[in-house]
Amino acid sequence: MSTTQKPPPTWDLIIEPKAALLDLNISELWQYRDLLWLFVKRDFTAQYKQTILGPLWHFIQPIFTTIVFLMVFGKIANIPTDGIEPVLFYMSGISIWNYFSACLTTTSNTFVANAGIFGKVYFPRLVMPLSSVMSNMVKFGIQFILLLVVMAWFGMKQHYFYMGSSWLLIPLLVVMMAGMGLGLGIIISSLTTKYRDFTVLIGFAVQLLMYATPIAYPLSFLKTKSFASWFTWNPLTPIVEAFRYSLFGTGTVDSLGLLYSGGFIVVTLLLGMVFFSKVERTFMDTV
Amino acid sequence: MSSVIQVENLSKQYRLGTVGTGSFSHDFNRAWHRIRGKEDPYLKIGDVNDRTQRGKSDYVWALKDINFEVKQGEVMGIIGRNGAGKSTLLKILSRTTSPSSGSVKIKGRVASLLEVGTGFHPELSGRDNIFLNGAILGMSKQEIKSKFDEIVDFSGVERYIDTPVKRYSSGMYVRLAFGVAAHLEPEILIVDEVLAVGDAEFQKKALGKMKEVSTKEGRTVLFVSHNMGAIRALCQTAIILKNGTTHYIGEVEDGVSNYLRISSENFQGSLLKRTDREGNGKFKFINIDIKNEKGERTNTLFCNESVSFLIQFTREGIDVSRIILSLGLKDQNNELIAFFTSDEMGFYLNEDSNCYQLDIPHLALRAGDYSVWLFASYQTTDPKDFCDVIDSAIMISILPIDFWVSGKMIRARNTAFFNGIYSQL
Repeated sequence: MSTTQKPPPTWDLIIEPKAALLDLNISELWQYRDLLWLFVKRDFTAQYKQTILGPLWHFIQPIFTTIVFLMVFGKIANIPTDGIEPVLFYMSGISIWNYFSACLTTTSNTFVANAGIFGKVYFPRLVMPLSSVMSNMVKFGIQFILLLVVMAWFGMKQHYFYMGSSWLLIPLLVVMMAGMGLGLGIIISSLTTKYRDFTVLIGFAVQLLMYATPIAYPLSFLKTKSFASWFTWNPLTPIVEAFRYSLFGTGTVDSLGLLYSGGFIVVTLLLGMVFFSKVERTFMDTV
Repeated sequence: MSSVIQVENLSKQYRLGTVGTGSFSHDFNRAWHRIRGKEDPYLKIGDVNDRTQRGKSDYVWALKDINFEVKQGEVMGIIGRNGAGKSTLLKILSRTTSPSSGSVKIKGRVASLLEVGTGFHPELSGRDNIFLNGAILGMSKQEIKSKFDEIVDFSGVERYIDTPVKRYSSGMYVRLAFGVAAHLEPEILIVDEVLAVGDAEFQKKALGKMKEVSTKEGRTVLFVSHNMGAIRALCQTAIILKNGTTHYIGEVEDGVSNYLRISSENFQGSLLKRTDREGNGKFKFINIDIKNEKGERTNTLFCNESVSFLIQFTREGIDVSRIILSLGLKDQNNELIAFFTSDEMGFYLNEDSNCYQLDIPHLALRAGDYSVWLFASYQTTDPKDFCDVIDSAIMISILPIDFWVSGKMIRARNTAFFNGIYSQL
């Protein structure tokens, strides 16, 4: 006796209330790579529309911040700069810090800022924070080019220009900064969908964090101070120090510290993904 | 035909009120239950979602135990009053939120149009927005590129294609947005009332495109609308939601008349709260009622049924004998198709009453939805003499009958018709 059994229907998509702890669909994210790229392009082109100076604003901001730092920390507070030309010291710190803070603040606002789109169309939500990290990377690139130009100018003046194999470390450090900003950002964005307390916190926390990171002063300046060890717990410290070391060849680079930062980044990213994938499913109900 | 969407026991619960410390303690309790591997305690409670009644619980079920299947190539209309759960259902199907319990199984690529122009950036040009919007809806860059000319052609904004969309007229904006959406090629298309925008010509075009997508290309479409005409024209089957539960699933014609019946159950004839009036205010319509042949209050009538309209008004320092009163019927494009004006009919109001009745022996309108227009002016019908004019004072729905006893129902359309006989010469 033969029974013709109907093959069980295969479903492409099953929508259910519960999901796995880490529901990361990389292949789906890959399908939406065009969207990721278009968001990056949109962020970049739309930002300075209807301005006369246009993309020149990308230069103006770090130049003025450098001048202010030069005055306040260099001339008034007389803080040394590890033997690095002060302009370059501040400018390098500002550019890497700006990248981190931009990544953190934009990604931490993902759900609230994009509720309009998220409420109407489905696409992998992670596209949004990833695109802001990438468009901020383009802005960092522009500031980095400015930094190189200024470095070259000082190099010609002083007939000395440092360029060593340590430069190869720079891309890794930038990616680490991106990972840190993204990880912390998506954790905060997941927490803020229901309770907005963290939005208030992040506004000033980023500013305060800058002072706890060796941006306006070198880590060596704190060596003699009793509270120096506190600053080494800041996972941003080794990255910033290593960034300056790779660029100028002087300063403190601590491979153990970098390893600590790397571990911190992996943990925040994993934690961020877990939170994010849990929140993205129902955040429209509570945002 | 195999089913491409299968919805099983789908429920969605919402918490009412604001988010604050109260919700925090509930979240805490919920997390505590989850850690111990127990079920969410709040999923066991919850009221039926009837927005007009004050409930006992903070939790309501926007959807409760919904079950249905959609076959491949089927065009299903989702109908229901405001707050019946239509949008929640669409949100779950299009994955913008998760259900509280139950599941949905889907076969094929889904695209949802809960809104046209999602993600349009005002500063970007039409060209950039086509690519951005297309990608948001799930198209690849290659797909959009190959359809680009068609989209521009369909929306008719070629001249403005490199201008930022913030400079577009709202009509152009919608055309462009719908143009992108209409050229999606998903296996399953979910459409919310996007057709409610744009001018009549464009609505026709949009409806035509939807029909083409479903009949010629064999796509499955889920369509939500309040426009029973559009539902009837497009869909084969319908599902009626009522307070978050399924009230009816089946063939579209029955579904539509079923819906009209439940929607007229508690219609309001009061006009006291209406502020969208035209006129000097010395004369005000305050109530309109409709009675059918049997004298029952209703706003759903069969074609050719006798009907009475009861009109009530207030007045203040005005000579009512010189009032010209008119009641008109308008189609869905807000065009008058018939009106009954008192002075032409040799009828004049008098001081003794503020309540009048208009009887129409045979209301020969084709099946469809109509709105009632009320008009009163003093002495002339010149706009400066308008006393009170109310558009859509009340809606009436006409259900089809076999008017000529031929075994065939009369076709639905927003027109009046007359008795007539064909014969061979």
